Amino acid sequence: MNAATSEKLKPLYIIPLTFVIMAGGFTLLREGIMNQVLTTLFAVVWGTASVLLLFYSLNLLAQLLKTKQYNAVIPYIFIGPAVLIMGWYLLIPTIRSLILSFMDKKGVHFVAFENYKYVFTDPTMLTALRNTFIWLFFGTVFSVLFGLIAAVLADRSNIEKFGKTLIFLPMAISLVGAGVIWKFIYAYRPAGDTQIGLLNAVITACGGKPHNWLGTAPANNLFLIAIFIWLQTGFALVVFSAALKAVSSEMIEAARIDGAGEFRILINIIIPDIAGSIVTVSTTILLAALKCFDIVFSMTNGLYGTEVLASQQYKQMFKFLHYGRGSAIAIVILLAVSPVIWYNLKEFSKKEVF
Amino acid sequence: MNTRISKTQQSKEALSRRIITVALILLCIVWTLPTIGILVTSFRTKDVVSSSGWWQAFKTPKAFTLDNYGQVLFGQRYTVSGKNGQAIVTRGATMLSAFLSSITVTLPSVIIPIFIAAAAAYGFAWLNFPGRKILFAMIIALLVVPLQISLIPILRDYQKIGLNGTYLGIWLAHTGFGLPLATYILFNYISTLPRSILESAFIDGSSHFDCFFKLIVPLSVPALASFAIFQFIWVWNDLLVALVFLSGAAQKMEVVTVRLMNMAGTRGTDWHLLTAGAFVSMILPLIVFLSLQRYFVRGLLAGSVKG
Repeated sequence: MNAATSEKLKPLYIIPLTFVIMAGGFTLLREGIMNQVLTTLFAVVWGTASVLLLFYSLNLLAQLLKTKQYNAVIPYIFIGPAVLIMGWYLLIPTIRSLILSFMDKKGVHFVAFENYKYVFTDPTMLTALRNTFIWLFFGTVFSVLFGLIAAVLADRSNIEKFGKTLIFLPMAISLVGAGVIWKFIYAYRPAGDTQIGLLNAVITACGGKPHNWLGTAPANNLFLIAIFIWLQTGFALVVFSAALKAVSSEMIEAARIDGAGEFRILINIIIPDIAGSIVTVSTTILLAALKCFDIVFSMTNGLYGTEVLASQQYKQMFKFLHYGRGSAIAIVILLAVSPVIWYNLKEFSKKEVF
Repeated sequence: MNTRISKTQQSKEALSRRIITVALILLCIVWTLPTIGILVTSFRTKDVVSSSGWWQAFKTPKAFTLDNYGQVLFGQRYTVSGKNGQAIVTRGATMLSAFLSSITVTLPSVIIPIFIAAAAAYGFAWLNFPGRKILFAMIIALLVVPLQISLIPILRDYQKIGLNGTYLGIWLAHTGFGLPLATYILFNYISTLPRSILESAFIDGSSHFDCFFKLIVPLSVPALASFAIFQFIWVWNDLLVALVFLSGAAQKMEVVTVRLMNMAGTRGTDWHLLTAGAFVSMILPLIVFLSLQRYFVRGLLAGSVKG
């Protein structure tokens, strides 16, 4: 048997083998019979191997075709798996959620706009909508502001790298973890007891009365947002810091020689120059604030008037099992995001690569 | 004369630099203080935690302990009285199993999407085919679609095919939700590689498959690493996806974020345990972050600076 025939026989065993490995691993993992460490190792090996084998077999199959057909088919082999998965997990669910949002609790009967009516009239939902706006506004404005201040300071200080790392560090912490950290800052005990929360300790030391930070609406929303700002400032800082490096130093030098103060330089030269980054950062943080669910869910569980859209959506779906309302809230969140999608697509169509 | 002016200017600049540095240090202290607070608390005994603030911890140096971590990792001790009135010590849910569970959820969720996304990025960047632009536009649109929209439909699918409450289900979910960003990051990188590489490979008679695995993947390692770090931190810190897709599962499958949330809910006043638990949940992402910060920043910039 020469090399050419063995090459031709390859698809005959590689393709069934791929199928067996993929299906066998899938079933084995679904049954969950192995212990945890073994499952993890198996999953890493299986996941990598089946993805590689899948591409390899599809390529072998395609090579059976004539060159012209091969060239026509090969792009779809490369993009196929990704497109199919994204279709299943994101594109089709969007349409299915849209349909569900017009259905009743169990998703069986058509109820027209009943769920949307609920979203925009129910008192709890109205609180959630109001709070979401507060989150979007304060969360974004202060993250961007602190990020900008920190970036400008870091750029001119002696400890740029160290300082940036410290402020950026919270980005690595989960929102739940951040919640615990701040719950401790806000810890409240009745007047007269020793305060173990930093904030109340400072207030009582100055002669004030301890305050129940998370239990008093509507200001408690701002204290939850502070956690979000604490996390997102680092992100803004990193992006602005990169942008500041690109600002022409000659222009700043020229302005200085003309006698402009540092503050005027910041307002008139630096900020217009990095306007693009400010827009991108603001958009990203807006999106994060809109979807922010973890902080509210783990800190107050939406009590004391702190409900937001994302936490209400979770509750409707998984606590009240009302698929219609849950889907309607998800669609409202999607509608809020849609200007960004539209903007991204517009920018994309300008690109030369396509 | 000139030199003297520049000298005073120089010293003025040095002074303003020092003032700015001090301002930055103040900001850093404000930003770091909350974390230091819980780090100190996690090493203090229950009694001192509830009787004095953590900033007074060093007044009572004897009240430092490692027991909180022991309890959090291996289960909290409960004393119950048995039938004959004797005290029996039992242990509650452990953070250690949650930690292992998080590793089990995270590693495959990082690795599975990488090659799928890299292949797609190669296809979009270097191959020409009908539908290329519209499909890539779809990916751009999906980049910012909130994943909330997928939860109910996917959960229904999972219930039908038996993936609900399994590790496989959550890996695939994280793969699906991570793919648009992964494809986008890798596309941006791969499309800047010089085209001459591809042409010379084809002259040598390589197939697209060989070209992709022997040339493109090794050259794309920095971009692959950026995505991997980003996805690692994202998946590790995720609460929502874990709550939804692992909710039907046994307690031993709870991930750290879910475990920590339950602790915060049920043991809201056991600060000595809660703070230790928070630190256990943070330790891995912090190590990854501090050692591979550069890649993470790159992934973050690529992932957010869209367009």
